[in-house]
Amino acid sequence: MTDSKSNVTPALAAEMGLSAEEFARVEAILERTPNLTELGVFSAMWSEHCSYKSSKIWLKTLPTEGPRVICGPGENAGVVDIGDGDAVVFKIESHNHPSFIEPYQGAATGVGGILRDVFTMGARPIAILNSLRFGDPGHPKTRHLLGGVVAGIGGYGNCVGVPTVGGECQFHPSYNGNILVNAMCVGIAEADRIFYSAASGAGNPVIYVGAKTGRDGIHGATMASAEFDDSAPETLGEKRPTVQVGDPFTEKLLIEACLELMAGDAIVAIQDMGAAGLTSSAVEMAGKGGLGVELDLDKVPMRETGMIPYEIMLSESQERMLMVLRPGSEAEARRVFEKWELDFAVIGRVTDTGRMILKMHGEIAADIPVGPLVTAAPLYHRPTQPRAKPADIDPASLPARDSLDCLKRLIACPDLASKRWIWQQYDHLVMGNTVKRPGGDAAVVRVNDAGKALALKTDCTPRYCRADPEGGGMQAVAESWRNLCAVGATPLALTDNMNFGNPEKPEIMAEFAGACAGMRAACLALDYPVVSGNVSLYNETNGRAILPTPVIGGVGLIADAAKAVDLALKRDGNALILIGETKGHLGASLYLREIEGREDGAPPPVDLAAERRHGEFVRAEIEAGRIAACHDLSDGGLLVAVAEMATAGGKGIALTNLPTGNAELFGEDQARYLIETATPDAVLAAAKNEGIYAQRIGTIAGDALTLPGGDAISVRELTAANEAWLPAYMAGG
Amino acid sequence: MKAAVVIFPGSNRERDVCAALKRASGKAPAIVWHRDSDMPQADLIVLPGGFAYGDYLRCGAMAAHSPIMREVKARAAKGVPVLGICNGFQVLTEAGMLPGALLSNKTLSFICRDVYLRVENSQTVFTCGYETGQAIRVPVAHGEGNYTADPATLDRLEGDGLVAFRYCNAAGELTDADNVNGSARSIAGVFNETRTVLGLMPHPENSTDPLLGCTDGQGLFDGLVSALQ
Repeated sequence: MTDSKSNVTPALAAEMGLSAEEFARVEAILERTPNLTELGVFSAMWSEHCSYKSSKIWLKTLPTEGPRVICGPGENAGVVDIGDGDAVVFKIESHNHPSFIEPYQGAATGVGGILRDVFTMGARPIAILNSLRFGDPGHPKTRHLLGGVVAGIGGYGNCVGVPTVGGECQFHPSYNGNILVNAMCVGIAEADRIFYSAASGAGNPVIYVGAKTGRDGIHGATMASAEFDDSAPETLGEKRPTVQVGDPFTEKLLIEACLELMAGDAIVAIQDMGAAGLTSSAVEMAGKGGLGVELDLDKVPMRETGMIPYEIMLSESQERMLMVLRPGSEAEARRVFEKWELDFAVIGRVTDTGRMILKMHGEIAADIPVGPLVTAAPLYHRPTQPRAKPADIDPASLPARDSLDCLKRLIACPDLASKRWIWQQYDHLVMGNTVKRPGGDAAVVRVNDAGKALALKTDCTPRYCRADPEGGGMQAVAESWRNLCAVGATPLALTDNMNFGNPEKPEIMAEFAGACAGMRAACLALDYPVVSGNVSLYNETNGRAILPTPVIGGVGLIADAAKAVDLALKRDGNALILIGETKGHLGASLYLREIEGREDGAPPPVDLAAERRHGEFVRAEIEAGRIAACHDLSDGGLLVAVAEMATAGGKGIALTNLPTGNAELFGEDQARYLIETATPDAVLAAAKNEGIYAQRIGTIAGDALTLPGGDAISVRELTAANEAWLPAYMAGG
Repeated sequence: MKAAVVIFPGSNRERDVCAALKRASGKAPAIVWHRDSDMPQADLIVLPGGFAYGDYLRCGAMAAHSPIMREVKARAAKGVPVLGICNGFQVLTEAGMLPGALLSNKTLSFICRDVYLRVENSQTVFTCGYETGQAIRVPVAHGEGNYTADPATLDRLEGDGLVAFRYCNAAGELTDADNVNGSARSIAGVFNETRTVLGLMPHPENSTDPLLGCTDGQGLFDGLVSALQ
């Protein structure tokens, strides 16, 4: 595929991921057969990754508005007002397919891409989070993939100087052939100085800045929209050229240069070159502006010689931006980019023709009407076939087991084991604003001198989503909301990363539709809108799909960071109070999977009204200064949460008022929190006053976790069990 | 005290150290771009942390040849104190202003965590805010902080009181487990012969804000202000 004049046939179109029907539509739009460059542009823009053709009808049902929302989905990132003239700008994005093929570069460029989405809008990035899912730890590739992904995230984030403050990491065999690497970036901008991508002003110059264009990542967007057929190394080796290579140093310069130029009024529109590179950035800018664009590809800074228009347009070389400038601003912009030693080239202009015209070597390399390219993109309402809902689990049917033995096994299992080995490789302190570090319910990052702060967290419980997509989608949103409340934040809005299998299979499409329905209900009930997001489909290998994984990246606001709390137990004599009712729901629980080796059962029901009441109560108590520590209850249930608070604080606790059954101790009933307080009477009275279930379950004391019956385990032993697994696993093999 | 902070392309902890300097002195430091050849009058020059030039050659190697470094050396020769933190320490060793070199951590991975440092010599402008032997808690965040030098140089550094800080435990004891990156003789920071140039891998500037939980690094900046005021 080295000649622009190669014969374009339906077979070639199919190779690039366009169906026969889609190819016919391209021919109808152009009223002729496309050339290779034009075919490349259509196939990239109409790929699942760029067009959202299978997911759009469901994504449209999600609530995206709220009193604080400045910009919802559709731009590079979502924008939410946080008062004082500030706005938070954030988005999450997947780099799943590339990270499986080449974990270091795949993960690194995932971080680079999401950073660009945020600073493109005029925001300085202030935090990065990562939601990671790997296959069975026993699978031969898992250790290599985990090591590479963590090194790649650290290698990029550490160098650009944006702290990586949080995330999650889970394991399940369904990810053996399709790991998930979702990166979230959060930035701060002036609310009235947000930059958008819609071009305006026919005749305005189109500017290329950043790194040079090479042959890396060509057709990455199409690759990211296909299944892997086999994990044979030679197959993956062939795909490696579709993975981009990251250069965090250039990204750092690009951040500083763009923000410096954005302080003036030179920029009319700006768009980063992410998936589908120059193609999607040029098309989006022209399309959103209802205009045309003419590019002279000879002027594109190139790293390699002999590149043809097809390669230039489809390259996914990193650290590049496209801008439309106000006329006469070129000199100012050139000065800024040359100061930062970045390439700067005027490569074209905005037109009023409504067409994208690409020229090279004096010839027209492509001529496409922008409108139909964008609006006539295929949209599918794919068939759905939900699976039968699983039955509830009767705890009485499970064998009796020693509770502390189960606790020790659970906190040492891969999903709950400490992820210190990971986050210690990330610079989580640079910028000097990390108020609550990784390892807690949500990270807290200060955003101004007055102490205003944001709480940040990613969440999803894929096993719930598999058992009941709607309930799982609802739970993911509710848990995200709960984690923000648990540090004292008011949840503002979320970004979602929808990771699913092949949407052409009705049961997968039903998972997607169900998750959206559940998320919608939770977003509405909790006033927690979706402001940005990303979809990753076709996460299948040899026909086996991942667990449905709609990751929720939540952002909350704290007026005074000094009032934020964490989960570490603080002081002997303080009381531990449980908020929310315990029913002992074990279906789809971690206990069932790790202790009984079963993954069946219905997930815990989500009572959104209770979630809201309990979250608001806990937040008010934190604001009132009555809470010394707080932790939400999730994977592993009550006793695991108690153990996590004890190990975080290095303090023991005497539990005096607890149910004794393992269903109650390890069940994953929702809408629950544990709070440490020095004034239990006041907290219990306030709860009673509001009709909220609250119960004192113990007292902070000593250096062991003691059950009501007298059985005890030392905090030192719990900590050792919790900390040992991951370093030992990574040192093995 | 008026400080000047040098920015190289790829510096990324300049804000952190500027905030710490301002907290201690009440004055915002001057920012100096690496391609500048002159520098405003300053009582202290700071080379901040980061990844100057991406650290793509050797850490600090490219930055050591930036135009501004000629002026930094000239000022240092006149006795103006120079503080290099993390990447700044790497630049100072590459520029020949401090002995030794920084290798990859013994774990071969980046490490970001709190460590304890023992103050080895409090009789300098940088450490006069501490007692000799005092253990302070500050974070590290680096991939190449494993200090090395030939044995004769290490002996000289120790004999002449030019070791500034060593990695230790909370009680100030030196152990292998607390030597976070495998540095020779647990060395975390060293002075030049006149004790007016200090390079250290840890980040005292990230341990100066009460809201972030620990202020043990404040002593370094307070000490500088009292010595240079």
